[in-house]
Amino acid sequence: MTLTAGPDGRSSIPIESLKRKKDHFERGEDRRSLEDPRAELLELEDKGELVVQKIDHEALTLPTKYGRPKRIQKAHLWHHKSCGQCGHIPGYSTSIFWVMRQLGYDYHDPRDQTSCTAWNYYASATSNSAAQAAVAVRNFAAARETGYFPLIHCGTSYGHYKEVREELIRHPELRAEVRRIMGKLGKELVLPEEIVHYSEWFHAMRGEIAAKQVRDFTGIKVTVHPACHYYKLVEGDAIYDPDIYGGQRTAVVTGLAQALGADVRTYSTWFDCCGFGFRHILVQRDFTRSFATLRKIEVMKEEADPDVVLTHDTGCVTTLDKSQFAAKAHDRNVGLAVMSEAQFAALAMGAHPYKVCQLHWHSADYRPLLEKMGIDWEKAWAEFQADLKRLENGEKRYLDWDDVDN
Amino acid sequence: MTATDVQSQLAGAPAPADAHYKLPDVAGYPDVPFEEKARLFEEITNDLRFSDYLYGCYECGICVAVCPSARFYDFSPRRIAQAAAREDVELIYQQMQEDIWECSQCFSCLRCPRGNNPGGIITIMREVAVNNGLASAKEALAGYSRIIYKIMSTGTQVSPDMLQPDAFPDWGPETGDVSANLDLWRRALPPETMHTTTTGWAVADSTLIELYLIWLHTGALDMISDVDASLHAILTELMEERLEDEGIEI
Ligand code: SF4
Ligand code: SF4
Repeated sequence: MTLTAGPDGRSSIPIESLKRKKDHFERGEDRRSLEDPRAELLELEDKGELVVQKIDHEALTLPTKYGRPKRIQKAHLWHHKSCGQCGHIPGYSTSIFWVMRQLGYDYHDPRDQTSCTAWNYYASATSNSAAQAAVAVRNFAAARETGYFPLIHCGTSYGHYKEVREELIRHPELRAEVRRIMGKLGKELVLPEEIVHYSEWFHAMRGEIAAKQVRDFTGIKVTVHPACHYYKLVEGDAIYDPDIYGGQRTAVVTGLAQALGADVRTYSTWFDCCGFGFRHILVQRDFTRSFATLRKIEVMKEEADPDVVLTHDTGCVTTLDKSQFAAKAHDRNVGLAVMSEAQFAALAMGAHPYKVCQLHWHSADYRPLLEKMGIDWEKAWAEFQADLKRLENGEKRYLDWDDVDN
Repeated sequence: MTATDVQSQLAGAPAPADAHYKLPDVAGYPDVPFEEKARLFEEITNDLRFSDYLYGCYECGICVAVCPSARFYDFSPRRIAQAAAREDVELIYQQMQEDIWECSQCFSCLRCPRGNNPGGIITIMREVAVNNGLASAKEALAGYSRIIYKIMSTGTQVSPDMLQPDAFPDWGPETGDVSANLDLWRRALPPETMHTTTTGWAVADSTLIELYLIWLHTGALDMISDVDASLHAILTELMEERLEDEGIEI
């Protein structure tokens, strides 16, 4: 190709060329036209292209962004865990399980599950669409083998799996490739009827959760950080409710906090991401710390003066919680408790702050919040230490659910 | 641009002589032949997702307004969407070397009124950069290899034992507390799958075998052979040995 400069020696506006370029673009269906991925999946199942795992227990119906009703199965759920939650914020996963147990719904916590591997993918791009789809489908096939319906703990897994589902629906060649790989694993190309995030389950169950509330949250001031990969990626699947923010923002987290009587306050940078960045949180944290502090925590504190920021994704809890320590050294306006709405709901239902919510894994100071909730954290810490002693002196190898419920 | 368009250019069809293309002395990397840059661009446009991610660009800048990386770096998703839409091979190459690793992959730019996915275009550009061992990919992944090792070999990316105070000095003293009490605190977790310290949860052996088969059969493992040859060799040996033990031949 010979490149030539315009009359000024550098550039001119190439109208003809631009027109010609536009000829190349064929406006196909955009992502919003996939109004009902469920219907498309069932159609593909009819053609023998894939297998759809159906919702087969009682379900609640919630409204999504563009109005499609989405069904959320209440019980008999396969917990697709999050590596960031289990690894670094274990009270997050524990609270999800605990709330489900308290409400009396059965579930399966599988060992036959890998990470979605999307954190690494968005950080390093050391994978490709076939591998990412195969990882997702392998997990979904494993869920179907147990008969339990998948519930996704991580916002990024949820967003990425929705992307994978779209790619599989759109591209027959990708379906063929994934079927070939699944064949080597002795599995089929399986996708669930709905891809469901745990925060949707909590939102759907907020009435039942509130009915079991034992701590009064009136006067607890809350800001909500909605997770990008929950509602920006394949946005048509996210839950929106005309009664919450007039349907202009996702309803999850906020709906639950309001049902628990908390004072949810808004702030101007709600649409901004947290600053996680996938690779940045691991190898370029100056960006993450600056963004989390300057665009989120400080703005929330100045505009809403919250007691706690609630969010619903692994990366967001980590970023907002861990970024405050260094900022404090620079006298920034930080110092705000951070947790998932699952931990918040568990606390409302009387969960132990250390045995269940595992707040000792968090960095930002959560103790003033616990005091405001009427929780004696010093006493609770002593109780947890007593349990740890039982492990240390060999009385028990592990704490189990009986230990935390008593 | 379709793959055929690129191919016809490569095959010597008359090239558009448009001044709006960046010249190599502006875009940089004049030592890299145009054909090589065009080959990489073709690899981007050949990705099956590309046509879902770009419908042209209004150059309205909405993606920049919502972009966290644009606030803190000299970075613009609009420039990337624009360069891809104009098929500016030189500029795309420059962006692959200088820009793409700044993106936070938050996908706020899906607010694009044209229906574009600039973050998705960047994902594809990164993949191509890794696959072809570009300098920017090597630099971006330096210091990152233990994470790739973890996710590819254990099936969970984030393990409790990564929480070392020297790795995360900016996360406060609590990281030291976790690290000092790791085994005990993990045993205090009620879910049985979470007593692990080297993985996020206990992954079954049979599950790992299936994961290895996925990495090997999709070429995902081989993608890192140029950016990190030693990591590639270690992972290949580990996976092949493991599969051999199971009597599985690749
Ligand atoms: S928002 Fe879309 S149309 Fe506007 S500049 Fe960005 S990519 Fe182009
Ligand atoms: S995905 Fe990348 S380009 Fe898009 S808004 Fe986020 S940081 Fe910016």
